[in-house]
Amino acid sequence: MRIAILLAGIAAGLAAQTVVLQNGTIMTVTKGTFKGAIVIKDGKIVEVGDKVLVPTGAQVIDATGQYIIPGIIDCHSHIAVESINEGSVSVSAMVGVGDNINPEEIEIYRALAGGVTTANVLHGSANAIGGKNVVLKMRWGKDAEALRFEGAKPGIKFALGENPKRQGNPTQPGQRARYPATRMGVEDVIRDAFTEAKSYQASWKEYEERSKRGERALPPRRDLKLEALVEVLEGKRLVHAHCYRADEILMLIRTADEMGFKIKTFQHVLEGYKVAKEIAAHGAGGSTFSDWWAYKAEAYDAIPYNAAIMHKKGVLVSLNSDSAELMRRLNTEAGKVMKYGGLTENEALAMVTINPARQLEIDNRVGSIEAGKDADLVVYDKNPLSVYAKVQKVFIDGTKYFDRDTDISERNRKALEKKRLLDAEKARQDEQKKQGMPPARRTGE
Amino acid sequence: MNRLGLLMAIAGALTAAPNDTFLLRGVTVHPVTGPKIENTSLLVQDGKIAEIGPKIVAPKGMKVIDAKGMHVWPGFIDSATDTGMNEISSVRETVDTGEVGTFNPQIRAAVAVNPSSEHFPVVRGNGTTSMVLMPGGAGGRGGPFGRLGGGDGPLIQGQASMIHTDGWTWEEMEVNRSVGMQVAFPDTPRIPGRFAAMLGMDRPQTTFADMDRQRLDRIKRLADFMTDARRYQKAKAAKEPGFRTDLKFEAMLPVLEGRTPLVMVANKQKNVREVIKFADEQKVKVVLAGTDDFGNTLPDLKAKNIPVILGPTYELPAEEDHAYDEPFTRPGEIFKSGVKFAFGSFGTQFARNLPYNAANAVAFGLPYDEAIKAITINPAEIWGVADKIGSIEKGKWADLIVTDREDPLEITTNVKHMFIRGQAVDLTSKHTRYYEKYLNRP
Repeated sequence: MRIAILLAGIAAGLAAQTVVLQNGTIMTVTKGTFKGAIVIKDGKIVEVGDKVLVPTGAQVIDATGQYIIPGIIDCHSHIAVESINEGSVSVSAMVGVGDNINPEEIEIYRALAGGVTTANVLHGSANAIGGKNVVLKMRWGKDAEALRFEGAKPGIKFALGENPKRQGNPTQPGQRARYPATRMGVEDVIRDAFTEAKSYQASWKEYEERSKRGERALPPRRDLKLEALVEVLEGKRLVHAHCYRADEILMLIRTADEMGFKIKTFQHVLEGYKVAKEIAAHGAGGSTFSDWWAYKAEAYDAIPYNAAIMHKKGVLVSLNSDSAELMRRLNTEAGKVMKYGGLTENEALAMVTINPARQLEIDNRVGSIEAGKDADLVVYDKNPLSVYAKVQKVFIDGTKYFDRDTDISERNRKALEKKRLLDAEKARQDEQKKQGMPPARRTGE
Repeated sequence: MNRLGLLMAIAGALTAAPNDTFLLRGVTVHPVTGPKIENTSLLVQDGKIAEIGPKIVAPKGMKVIDAKGMHVWPGFIDSATDTGMNEISSVRETVDTGEVGTFNPQIRAAVAVNPSSEHFPVVRGNGTTSMVLMPGGAGGRGGPFGRLGGGDGPLIQGQASMIHTDGWTWEEMEVNRSVGMQVAFPDTPRIPGRFAAMLGMDRPQTTFADMDRQRLDRIKRLADFMTDARRYQKAKAAKEPGFRTDLKFEAMLPVLEGRTPLVMVANKQKNVREVIKFADEQKVKVVLAGTDDFGNTLPDLKAKNIPVILGPTYELPAEEDHAYDEPFTRPGEIFKSGVKFAFGSFGTQFARNLPYNAANAVAFGLPYDEAIKAITINPAEIWGVADKIGSIEKGKWADLIVTDREDPLEITTNVKHMFIRGQAVDLTSKHTRYYEKYLNRP
């Protein structure tokens, strides 16, 4: 009897975790677009179809007239971390932005409200070889560890062109120049670092072989910088390379070929359209902006057709934001590749969902609406590729993290709470004044 | 005259016929100031709108453009940009906004416009036919709109010019050389943040109260300049002996006479309140621009009839605890308050996204027709050129766009034809040319 009650309890618990999104237009990205339903259980999508059986006890959410897409994945972001650039050295592969995640940054919530569920948070572009990335899910309200996309393949940032050169060309009086100052120097920094990494890799191999043979051997001293680069050589760490001009893109491809590693994504890659053939041949992806241009010399040849040309020439393309603001409307950034280059609705949507998932090697988990994948879903009131579409609800792992109606209905309460706090603070200050204490001096902080 | 001669004369007359006269057939016309007219024709004569109606017959020899099923809208007006003055925003040598000096009312944006800028064809591609160029800059390094009169920066930045987005010279592009006087309304200087600290810049060791005093001092300097300009005005009128022309004060006369507004760039409600007060005290016309936090100032702006140029709706909320959609809902709120407003792109590289800014506001509460007005007739009225542009009405210039779908604000709609004063405008750009070129790279 006791067991039976227990079982019933578990069943009720499980049923409570089952959610059905019904009657919406489902844009699966990989399996077509149709009117139907999605069954979510224990954070996973268990069934998708035009007709599904609604499990008894499931919570049913009606999405009539609405559109459901997989959670948007931003392949280039810098939100939710306290610092992004360790720019004092030309190779900073030993640091990682994942060490300073700030789970309370409001930009996480704003991204969520724009339909983003996963972000590739990258190190900055101050140096030729930058620090390690962290892939985050926008689980607003959770702590830093819980934001991490568990099991996501690690990556590292490289940067070419104007940004890594900048510190070689100081603009402030008294500022010291840091090598490199030219694109030639950028290539050298990368070749040199990998030459060193290979010899480090060899010394470890030699040590392991000697140990295996039973010889007494001293292990090499661990080098955290070179360790990350060895991971790149061994295909265990993905390279996300910031770049603009065609020449530097080609340079990195040839350097990677020579050193024996692969570039996973070229980031920004605004002249990718000029060397799309070479990028495709290397097997790299391109993660670009829809229509940014002319904000710096190396962006003067940028065209909004970049994504379409690269796609047509066989490059796996995603559209990213690199901005806490733009991040909130990647859906319409995708809409722009329909305009500039005539891609289909599905090709466009793929560029902010399944394509970035593939570029981050998390496509077994996210990026499309398929049974078995994480229930990371966005509900829009209109076709998400339209400039008039608004995010209504966002689910991550089947849990609702954003609801526009709730957000709006909570505003009054929050305003009252803010007023209460300000009033309390004012009362406290008045009390202090009465007691003759000097008012706190506000400095320019 | 022999027969051949006569033929040649006719041919000559035909080819010499002005190309700003034509008939657009089979279209839906959206006048903006009136309801749409379906299945009609539009006659353009000498660059002006001559007639709208289903039964217009083209006189013999007149160019006829068949645009069956397409839609005709007035060309868009961008109310704040530095397109053509700012080629690559991070390369100072290519930026001609942001002159040195505190008071520069005498300088004029139009004369520094590069008609060959690659940016003009790009913005034309998405429907913009006119723009207001801000001499103090609109996003570039030459003095961004964000530089709001803090520290020892500029106060009066020069005359904003309205231009067309096409022409062989800046003179041919000109709609009105001086539609406003740009003022960086004094604000508390911004504290250099983390980024500045990284560059090794010193953070000022000053108190907030000191900075606020500095701000008020600067407002007074601005008022003093107005007083000096008035003295000059009087001296000139009185033909005082020894009167000498001063270009700075001369440039202020249209402002003092109420013919040209001060374009006050002010971003927070505190500054907006002071702008209102300033306008009252000085009795001058004012246009407010670049505000991202109106607070409770809208009823006052309405009462004082002060129009507003709204920055891009694509912005983050002004404060961390503001609603996530605050910049998106702002245009709708302003419309509800009754304040007249127009959109500006406030930049160069995203100037082509002006219609999407307007559309985004529609998604968050602005009525559709008002979004259209905010990039057509409203700016035409605010900048005093509504007799020429901003709507499709008889007698106005034929500044037109013809779109393949009805809604010109939707991303997937394409501009198929553009006319500026009746002249067909090239819609190709560096971007379309490179697209063709590199798509066909073997």
